[in-house]
Amino acid sequence: MALSGIQIYKLLPQTNCKECGFPTCLAFAMKLAAKQVELGACPYVSEESKKQLAESAAPPIRLVTLKADGNEVKVGNEVVMYRHEKTFYNKPGLFLRVKASDPDLAKKVTQADAYKVNYVGMDFSLNGYAIEADGDLTAAVKTVREVTKRPLILISNDAAALDSSLSLLAGETALIYAASESNYESLAEVAKKHKAVLAVKADTLDALADLTQKIQTKGVEDMVLDLGGKNLGDWLMRSTQVRRLALKNFRPLGYPVIFFAAQNGVEKEAVYAAQAIAKYAGFVVIDTFAPEMIYPLLVLRENLYTDPQKPIQVQPGVYEINSPKPESPVLVTTNFSITYFAVANEVEGSGLPAWLVVTDAEGMSVLTAWAAGKFDAERIAKAIKGFNVADKVSKKRLVLPGHVAVLSGEVEEELPGWEVRVGPREAVDLPAFMKQALN
Amino acid sequence: MPIEIPKDKWPGSIRTVTIGATSAEGGTRAKTVTVGGGTTMPYLHFEAPTPNKPAIAIEIKSRKPEDWSPLLAEVWGAAMADPAQWAKKAEEAGADLLVLALTVEDSPEDAVKAVKSVLGATGLPLIVWGPGQAEKDNELLVAVAEAAKGERLVLGICEDKNYRTIVATAMANGHLVQARAPMDVNLSKQLNILISDMGMPKDRILMDPTTGALGYGMEYGYSVMERLRLAALQGDAMTQFPMIVTPGFEAWKTKEAKVGEGIPEAWGDWKARAIHWETLTALALVESGADIVVLRHPESVKRVKDAIGELVVA
Ligand code: B12
Ligand code: SF4
Repeated sequence: MALSGIQIYKLLPQTNCKECGFPTCLAFAMKLAAKQVELGACPYVSEESKKQLAESAAPPIRLVTLKADGNEVKVGNEVVMYRHEKTFYNKPGLFLRVKASDPDLAKKVTQADAYKVNYVGMDFSLNGYAIEADGDLTAAVKTVREVTKRPLILISNDAAALDSSLSLLAGETALIYAASESNYESLAEVAKKHKAVLAVKADTLDALADLTQKIQTKGVEDMVLDLGGKNLGDWLMRSTQVRRLALKNFRPLGYPVIFFAAQNGVEKEAVYAAQAIAKYAGFVVIDTFAPEMIYPLLVLRENLYTDPQKPIQVQPGVYEINSPKPESPVLVTTNFSITYFAVANEVEGSGLPAWLVVTDAEGMSVLTAWAAGKFDAERIAKAIKGFNVADKVSKKRLVLPGHVAVLSGEVEEELPGWEVRVGPREAVDLPAFMKQALN
Repeated sequence: MPIEIPKDKWPGSIRTVTIGATSAEGGTRAKTVTVGGGTTMPYLHFEAPTPNKPAIAIEIKSRKPEDWSPLLAEVWGAAMADPAQWAKKAEEAGADLLVLALTVEDSPEDAVKAVKSVLGATGLPLIVWGPGQAEKDNELLVAVAEAAKGERLVLGICEDKNYRTIVATAMANGHLVQARAPMDVNLSKQLNILISDMGMPKDRILMDPTTGALGYGMEYGYSVMERLRLAALQGDAMTQFPMIVTPGFEAWKTKEAKVGEGIPEAWGDWKARAIHWETLTALALVESGADIVVLRHPESVKRVKDAIGELVVA
């Protein structure tokens, strides 16, 4: 819990020597509480006070970073239960579980590693791999490391196998899964030696909290929790309880959570993973490499982790699609990313050239912007004029989204000399419309 | 070390609403559906049990829809041309209740006929939507409300531009209403107030906060639902209605669900993707407090039902 100015004051020397640049220690404490100055500005803070102040400033959920050569996954550091309260910050890492014994291991990881999908202009992929040590772990790590540069989770209870495997991953931060009551001492030692993150597992939250504290005394700071739980509802409760406790600064459970989505069968995997993404998981491990499932999961993650105060936007302007020529049509849309890419992707895919004029609608979709008065004839005309669209074309013909057909009369009035056409409602139907109606 | 789990204590709760009426209650339904009653954020059984599980409605139409995804046409087949048959198949697919969506081509007589045939074909409670044009909605829904007096149908969709006629006929004929506002806590509240002020009993209102599909604005609906639920639990009476949302309608509008050709390879298998799209949209909304989700594909119904089963008896 963050300390108040008064609480901080009690930890300062209280000599009012002014060296920090403030007239009194209290004034400095107030600035510290507001996070407007650094503690380092006071040369006289005792070591004990420094420690207490650092602890109070630590995030309620520890930030855990897995690293490989050039790839990083950061999770934790969350501050709210519900995204509207602020935002969710660090997207859960999506990992694919593979088996050390699998003869096709290299092939499977190569295929999964090449997976990339574009959603509104952003490329998404898997974040890493969880290798299950049902065979020779060290050999599997070698094989996998040859075909991917993404972070790894090593699933094994065998401290010696983990030790030799982690030796192959020098300079990386991997995750070891999982320490339990029976093996935590040896696993903590390996984690410490290799600066790995340690997943911790117990049947109840009480036992889990005990275990993380014991492991901490062994010198391991970076941990991840496996909460157990027998089904969706059970896990939802545990995950909610842990997030709540952590946000109340209960340190023993202030760590990110890992969740295995196929634990009750691959047919439930998508739904289990989706709940985990929505409800506070830091790492989600799936067993099936299926693009048709991974794509929606990645989109769900993106949606829930966007800042609710700031819609994803593109820059207003004129976008040239498929090298438009002066006679190519002018299409008008808004600068909400989802809207822009829905339209741009369709036109691009059709191979037909067009000028796409993106108006400044404050990041809103067509109808939302229209309803909010941010996408009207005046704004459209302003964009057409402001971006000098008339200079680029020989045929002054513009196409409005079908959803705002009502605007066509007013746009004609605002833009004399332009032919205003109403396009289809949905972008999917744009290519056909462009082929048939725009010739 | 025994941990003390922090529990929220809320002054408010969600109202309980029952849809459909059996013969003993003045209708003809074989069973009724009761939703709402929650006293915690969704499924937090360590605070209190979930009194009524969320219900799944399957959406059918009075006429064969021409613009639905071929994947839906494939699974419903010829039944799509006959609301009674379609209703039966939807019941077999596991629907707890049905949505019958009327179309602009329907006359009031057509609408009544379609409603009667659906009521005759299954014993499930029924929600009836107008085609979404104010005048037409009023014309069709008044006829339907009168013809099905006492059935405790849900009539929709009431919006701020058009709710009076629908609410009046629902009140006069013993039905419920679905009140839709565009993704805004205050607008939802305001519409609920307007409807209550007309004298509509509070156990006959379902609130539809509007939703978007996964990838197309779903997260806005998700957060508005969480905020509405929190407001209700905090004691704000005009947000304490059960929520109905339409993930099926939204998800099946998306390119991901609708289109099988000329799409990126990274989107994977069409049918599997489309079902994931609908299922995950619905699941996210169930997690954020939906009491009724309206779906379209039987496989999504099965998966969401399964998930709800696990959520309510943790
Ligand atoms: C998400 C959403 C919001 C979000 C905003 C998201 C954003 N950044 O825009 C929030 C919650 C903030 C919001 C707010 C409001 N909303 Co709103 N919202 C929606 C929702 C659910 C989805 C919109 C969306 O993202 N669609 C996806 C994008 C991609 O669609 P699109 O931009 O239309 O683009 C498609 C087509 O138009 C076409 N297209 C686009 N460009 C072009 C160009 C050409 C040339 C062509 C041919 C085609 C084309 O291609 C795209 C894909 O097919 C819709 C309802 C729904 N389910 O659709 C309501 C909706 C748009 N909102 C509505 C309203 C009324 C509002 C508010 C005014 C409510 C209020 N008073 O508070 C506010 C306004 C905002 C404000 N005052 O600040 C109404 C509009 C009603 C109407 N017909 O006028 C809707 C339809 C809901 C409803 N049924 O009442 N909303
Ligand atoms: S430098 Fe330190 S001791 Fe001196 S006034 Fe500032 S806070 Fe107080």
